[in-house]
Amino acid sequence: MGGVDHVCGIAGIVQLDGAPASLHALRQMVAALRHRGPDAAGVAADGAAGLGHARLSILDPVGGRQPMTTRDGLLTVTFNGEIFNYIELREDLKARGHHFRTRSDTEVVLHAYRQYGERCVEHFNGQWALGIWDRARRRLFLSRDRMGIRPLYYTQLRRGFLFASEVKALLAHPELSCKLDPQGFNQVLTFWCPLAPATVFRGIGELPPGHNLVLEDGRVTVSRYWQLDYSDEAESLGLDACAERLLELLSDAARLRLRSDVPVGAYLSGGLDSSITTALIRSQTPRLKTFSVTFDDAEFDESRYQQQLVDHLGTDHAAVCCDAAQIARVFPEVIRHAERPLLRSAPAPLYLLSHLVRSSGLKVVLTGEGADEVLGGYDLFKEDKVRRFCAAQPDSAARTALFARLYPYMPNLQSQSAEYLRRFFRVRPDELGHRFHSHLPRWELTLQLKRLLSPEWSAELDRYDAEADLAATLPRRYDAWRPFCRAQFLETALLMPGYILSSQGDRMAMAHGVEGRFPFLDHRVVEFAATIPPRWKMRGLCEKFILKRAAGHLVPKSIVDRPKQPYRAPDAASFFDTHRKAARAPYVDELLSPDCIRAGGVFRPEAVELLEGKARAGRIIGTRDNMALLAVLSTQLLLKQFRRGEAGTASRAVQETRIAIQVPLGSRDLHAIPETNP
Amino acid sequence: MDDIAQQLRQFITENFLFGAEAAFADDDSLVGAGIIDSTGVLELIAHLEGEYDIALDDTELVPENLDSISNLVRFIDAKRAAVAVS
Repeated sequence: MGGVDHVCGIAGIVQLDGAPASLHALRQMVAALRHRGPDAAGVAADGAAGLGHARLSILDPVGGRQPMTTRDGLLTVTFNGEIFNYIELREDLKARGHHFRTRSDTEVVLHAYRQYGERCVEHFNGQWALGIWDRARRRLFLSRDRMGIRPLYYTQLRRGFLFASEVKALLAHPELSCKLDPQGFNQVLTFWCPLAPATVFRGIGELPPGHNLVLEDGRVTVSRYWQLDYSDEAESLGLDACAERLLELLSDAARLRLRSDVPVGAYLSGGLDSSITTALIRSQTPRLKTFSVTFDDAEFDESRYQQQLVDHLGTDHAAVCCDAAQIARVFPEVIRHAERPLLRSAPAPLYLLSHLVRSSGLKVVLTGEGADEVLGGYDLFKEDKVRRFCAAQPDSAARTALFARLYPYMPNLQSQSAEYLRRFFRVRPDELGHRFHSHLPRWELTLQLKRLLSPEWSAELDRYDAEADLAATLPRRYDAWRPFCRAQFLETALLMPGYILSSQGDRMAMAHGVEGRFPFLDHRVVEFAATIPPRWKMRGLCEKFILKRAAGHLVPKSIVDRPKQPYRAPDAASFFDTHRKAARAPYVDELLSPDCIRAGGVFRPEAVELLEGKARAGRIIGTRDNMALLAVLSTQLLLKQFRRGEAGTASRAVQETRIAIQVPLGSRDLHAIPETNP
Repeated sequence: MDDIAQQLRQFITENFLFGAEAAFADDDSLVGAGIIDSTGVLELIAHLEGEYDIALDDTELVPENLDSISNLVRFIDAKRAAVAVS
């Protein structure tokens, strides 16, 4: 912003043994991030420390150059993301005597750190992953935004410390190799994603959302600077004032997210949330471009609603139509970018969508992401409410019948007896007090994927307990919150950063150099929403009631009234043509073959054979089997790509880097020293 | 009867457990043991109708008939006996 390019990746090295940081290794790390910023690479070194940055293009070469160093040479930053309130912060810092040379938010980060130290991040409204080298104190400071929008990974070597936007940049370092981490993998086979700081790569950590990391005197300290809290309720505000305040905050969040020196577009899913964010920016964006995913399969398609909104708002609209063959085709690339096993194919259409955005000449899109977590919109929250309602009167068939109503799009539920529904949905009065009540059915179902594991991995994973890992990270007051808030917390703190914002978010968008911005995830919106009483979030079984009340008037009535449809894509069906009884792509056959499964070592070849037989015959209809196929295929892809080092393609990338800048860390001069190719 | 129990155990192990050796007793609830979910019941019904030449009425789709090996064996026997009588 303010001359700085939006799309980028960061990396850095700090040597702990007094040796100089290897510029060659740093360049290789940056090169592995070139999809995030293919046009320019900057590296800067100050003896033991080196910072690197890859960006897409240079709009303002002086203002936008990174890594950026203060005039006195004492602070250098490499920064990915946006500080949306940088204009206000800049004025504030100027009033405190700071002098600015550029109009960029990057420079604001540097001065804010100088003014406030590590607490500078508490002043930021934005989405960031950043590293600051504090030369005088010989200290590295890393920070990641509150919600986990921008990614940041790190690892400690024997004599050094590395960080980067993506794992593949760390793996590009010659001292690191790829090994599947049992704890992170165990979490995937429970929660659908790893729980930061764990990752699925052994020895590699993810800085959790809302955390800072300091490396000083060879010691790493990770500390939390922000936490979601549901302890207070805005009850006294009254429903209407509460709705008004929500809209006010949301409007301001959207306004700030239009700050950009390139045009901002919007994703339209056809649902309420993106309809509202798009409507909010429509008046401020004369020729607004909008983008959607459509499906040839009516089961997943929402184009009817997307079109209603396009007609209503008069946007310049484009859509990408997905079919099974396309999902199969791009899935290896999806895994290369997601860098973790996936139990869903849903990221794949978003990968195709960001390609469409990029081809349309846009780099920034607003989306409705986060609304379902922050305002309690997911079916899971309804399901938990109904499960509690049924457990209170376990013999009531009328109550149990609500489950079928809850999932009208699941035909297999419609004809089931009350007793079966009670068992499927785990209606158990004795479990009402369980701290993870809302998520037990999902996790128990997912755990069953472990039946596919080889004896070695099965034994290895038995040593870990994902629920205990999670329990260790819970806020002190978690158990005192209402059940609805506890469920919201689990979705917001676990699945949102671990899957929604990463595998469906940053990674799919950045694969094509597109940045997502999310008004619902402005921390002021999130903090206020946490105080809204649950009964205003979900009235009866009407989800996001307060949002409909606050902003329903901005969108067509048909959008407000439509039944909520979760975003899904065909899973197992994407990889097998059941008419021909054959895989849709040769890699599917190859990776599921007994030899390949045996070589991977993670799964049992006989189990995969049974699973594949079922998929080929079109007999995979349930969630568990769909997840099982995706889990095997994605893990096999991950092992193949990362063990062989295909993910980085570093050396070629370095040569293709067109513009390169090298600024010695601590240099008083911001002008570039042209980099020579190694 | 043991035959049917053995066949059912094999079907369940291959189709739902992907061949994993899971220790479950003939009286254990298949849903409760995490072996069968809502789609699994449909798969099970299709298997019963295809394999044992019986037709299931909606009212028969209850755990007392289908949710353990013992219940299934008892149910299949009763259905077959009813067919034989009629």
